[in-house]
Amino acid sequence: MNAQTRTWFPYVSPFDPCPPIRVKTYVVPPNLFITFQRPDLPQYSPAEALRAGTLWPSLYGPYNPQQDYTGREGSHGI
Amino acid sequence: MASEHQRGKEYYALLEQLQAIDFALVELNLYLDTHPTDSNAIEQFNDLTEKRWALANEYEKHYGPLQNLGRSYSGYPWQWNDEPWPWQV
Amino acid sequence: MWIYEKKLQYPVRVSKCDVKMAKYLIEQYGGADGELSAALRYMNQRYTIPNKVIGLLTDIATEEFAHLEMIATMVYKLTKDATVEELEEAGLGGHYANHDRALFYHNAEGVPWTAAYIAAKGDPIADLYEDIAAEEKARATYQWLIDMTDDVDLQDSLKFLREREIVHSLRFREAVEILKEDQGRKTIF
Repeated sequence: MNAQTRTWFPYVSPFDPCPPIRVKTYVVPPNLFITFQRPDLPQYSPAEALRAGTLWPSLYGPYNPQQDYTGREGSHGI
Repeated sequence: MASEHQRGKEYYALLEQLQAIDFALVELNLYLDTHPTDSNAIEQFNDLTEKRWALANEYEKHYGPLQNLGRSYSGYPWQWNDEPWPWQV
Repeated sequence: MWIYEKKLQYPVRVSKCDVKMAKYLIEQYGGADGELSAALRYMNQRYTIPNKVIGLLTDIATEEFAHLEMIATMVYKLTKDATVEELEEAGLGGHYANHDRALFYHNAEGVPWTAAYIAAKGDPIADLYEDIAAEEKARATYQWLIDMTDDVDLQDSLKFLREREIVHSLRFREAVEILKEDQGRKTIF
């Protein structure tokens, strides 16, 4: 979990056929919070920028894979 | 199994240096497309462009032409066809 | 006029011989929200978009072709040494029957690319909102692809491509702001 992730809680019915995933997540990347980029924002070095995929730390949005397929009971990437 | 033309460590290091500087230029280019009056960014763009050509020349000296259609020089025989292509390395 | 440069935009490394991933990665090659769609969408819209954003559409479209080459590199590396049996096991038997190991512009389910995936409405706001949506959809696809592999090197390249969608989306949103600007007033940007 990071500051760019949001969670929500789907309704769980007693008649659901599979064990419930109680918490679902989605990403809110940094572009949603910037209307127009300010000039002179701090920058990565070119080598760091290549690895990050952007020149500006404030535009960087990490993603952690949700590979926990078995962890149905609320552990989905949290 | 090492093939005849397999590239060494120095190749990957120099290639990544060039990819890094070119990537900073892509980022500044897109930024300037929507911020055409940011003179600091223009100055940085022009400065990196100059550095980019110096590094690209260095790369081409060792590993052959980067660009086609008359943007890079060739030695003999014609070097453009030489392996490896980008998806092969 | 376009000039080709004989290098990838980002170093693509695939470290696990997981042929099945090739089938899924193809989604970003010839799928609705893939790199081909992106490149062709922007490259086509630019002819009728207001002058102030033609440069942006041209440059992002050009970068998308570099991303298409990165996806092709991943698929090529995963399939070039696969046996026919391995391709069949990976669900690529149908692909092999039609294409051998050649790449093709179709999605993960084998549906061929179609121009119906892209739009050009001619209205600059409608077109830019289409582009913003396309970037967010591509970002989501990269997330699901990252979820489907445990090859950290492949994840690394996919994370680069995902981050590019975030930056492109921001630039398109800025383009909307530029077009909203009241021409009678002095710009504050």
